[in-house]
Amino acid sequence: MRTLLLRSLFARAVTVAAPRPDAPPPPGEDAILTELGKALEVRARRLFGRSITIREVDAGSCNGCELEIHALNNAVYDVERFGIKFAASPRHADVLLVTGPVTHNMWVALERTYAATPDPKWVVAVGDCAAGCGVFADSYATVGSVEKVVPVDLVIKGCPPKPIDLVKGLLELMDRATAKPAAKPVAQA
Amino acid sequence: MSERLAKRIAEGTPVASHRPWPRYEVDQAGWTGAAQALGEGGGDLLGLWGETDFVHLALRVTGAAAPCVLSYRVKTSDFPSVGRYHAPALRLERAVCDLYGHLPFGSPDRRAWLDHGAWGLRAPLGPRTPSLRRDPAAYDFLPALGEGLHQIPVGPVHAGIIEPGHFRFSVNGEIVARLEERLGYVHKGIDGLLTGTDIERASRVVARISGDSTVAYSFAFARAVEEALQIDPPPRAKILRGVMAEIERIANHLGDIGAICNDASFSLIHAHCGIFRERVLAAADRAFGHRLMMDRIVPGGVKDTGPGAGRGLQVMLDEIEKPFAEIVRLYDDTPSLQDRTCNTGIVSKALVDTWAAGGHVGRASGRDFDTRRDLPYAPYHDAAFAVPVFTAGDVDARVWVRIREIEQSMLLLRHWLANLPPGPARVDLRDGSGEGIAMTEAFRGDVLVWVRVEGGRIAKAHARDASWFQWPLLEAAIENNIVADFPLCNKSFNCSYSGHDL
Repeated sequence: MRTLLLRSLFARAVTVAAPRPDAPPPPGEDAILTELGKALEVRARRLFGRSITIREVDAGSCNGCELEIHALNNAVYDVERFGIKFAASPRHADVLLVTGPVTHNMWVALERTYAATPDPKWVVAVGDCAAGCGVFADSYATVGSVEKVVPVDLVIKGCPPKPIDLVKGLLELMDRATAKPAAKPVAQA
Repeated sequence: MSERLAKRIAEGTPVASHRPWPRYEVDQAGWTGAAQALGEGGGDLLGLWGETDFVHLALRVTGAAAPCVLSYRVKTSDFPSVGRYHAPALRLERAVCDLYGHLPFGSPDRRAWLDHGAWGLRAPLGPRTPSLRRDPAAYDFLPALGEGLHQIPVGPVHAGIIEPGHFRFSVNGEIVARLEERLGYVHKGIDGLLTGTDIERASRVVARISGDSTVAYSFAFARAVEEALQIDPPPRAKILRGVMAEIERIANHLGDIGAICNDASFSLIHAHCGIFRERVLAAADRAFGHRLMMDRIVPGGVKDTGPGAGRGLQVMLDEIEKPFAEIVRLYDDTPSLQDRTCNTGIVSKALVDTWAAGGHVGRASGRDFDTRRDLPYAPYHDAAFAVPVFTAGDVDARVWVRIREIEQSMLLLRHWLANLPPGPARVDLRDGSGEGIAMTEAFRGDVLVWVRVEGGRIAKAHARDASWFQWPLLEAAIENNIVADFPLCNKSFNCSYSGHDL
């Protein structure tokens, strides 16, 4: 293990390079991520100081979306360096990332999770099922989309969305939140 | 026992045009006899599912060449319980009862399973009787009584980025006396969506039964439809299917190995496995146009890839093979990590045999079964690969099964990628009718798909995930372990909620 750690110490990070304002971003897909990351970081800081905290709720997904949301935390995308982190409890969350067509069996659990999240809060519907255009929409067991159960601030489509699209989506959420920070009503206790 | 089961089956009436395994219609005596023989260890239960007038039972008699399907016509809205004699059938029967309204007569467990009282109707695929919504929390958990016992309820919304389900722990201090699962939260009505629909639409639904096994499901579905319509996909398609299935296996095993180590707070391996997994998915995206290779396998063949795809995948293998071997050495050389994984969450061979548990759960406890080898299908029927089997039955053994399987999958991939046959990768489907059944080996175990095609459309289809026979064993694995080891045990199983809840 020591040799591995030692080598890691001197190895180049697999994470895309940290954004530097004076240097042009490296070419290719990684460049997009760097640019996005920079923009995201600035907005997140303006809104939440230094971080936003996300609570992920699977409301009936096939687990494809979960796999890609998971990837946000790996060393390649590593969203935590931008101050975005995932929390274990809705009580600690600013944003709910909701996946799935919302099954009737998850309806109550989703409502309660939303109610347990303190204001101000945002809901992002992730994936085609959550957006209402997935293959499970016409079933006795599904509600059909997240916005039929809780108010949705942003939809990120894809089946499943790629991690890079998720980063883009979070950026867009920041844009909207900055545009009208006080527009959201305070939820009833 | 197995002779008696074979005899019972032979007494049934064969149903025409069910391929490749035979299907027999049996009477009450035949059905009950088969259930008793299963209970006495005469064979493996492969699936139990319903439709409006029938209940079907797929099984493999010990020693028999091919499995078969038994069908019982439901006359007075009930059928003789199989679970009464063979416990692995219990949850499947409860699901059939919830969806179709067929009561398993004589079953010791009549609680609802998938029906949480939230649909506004009972038996949505049967009589569809309107019903009042119930409190979703109302459920009779099995009692655990004794001094000092208390309960820990967990879920349905869990702490990590994972699927929903409820776990009820009865604990004595730190020791788990009983775990009972309550699932069904992500029930999407897949049996209903696979009734009376066209093949393309059904393919898209099947590919989303469990996203992590999308290739394995599409593979099984395509084979079942091709059996029903008697179509043979081109050689290139067969090899490409194998390539995708093994890439999916590698990607998932990498994720699991990392996550198990992470649950033992060893994040170094998790970080490296995360990078490997990302490399695999990125290569899959470049080769097949989708990171998870969803909707790439279709009945008739595969959606073909560019001519250079094979090369890209080979480069990816070159990139990760050596670093992965190094991580395996690290796992092997770290006693503090093995202190958590060894002797944790042991499942006995008797249990995996009774439940016919596939995948790493079965093979870590000495059940030497792999669909790719034991019910062979193209392209595995003429491929050389080893099936790693361990006997310790603990978390460590389940990690080692995954490690060895990754190595075997890499060998298979290298062989196929170097010998990709040219030519078309897809043939047109034709109108026709028939029934087909197929099993493929997903990363977590065997997936079974059954279809009935009528006039080129899917009249009825059903899919059974490996998790059905693994979830109950997780309850056994955690018994007498400490609560803090549950994440380790759970991750080492990595059962699918979505694949199970349907």
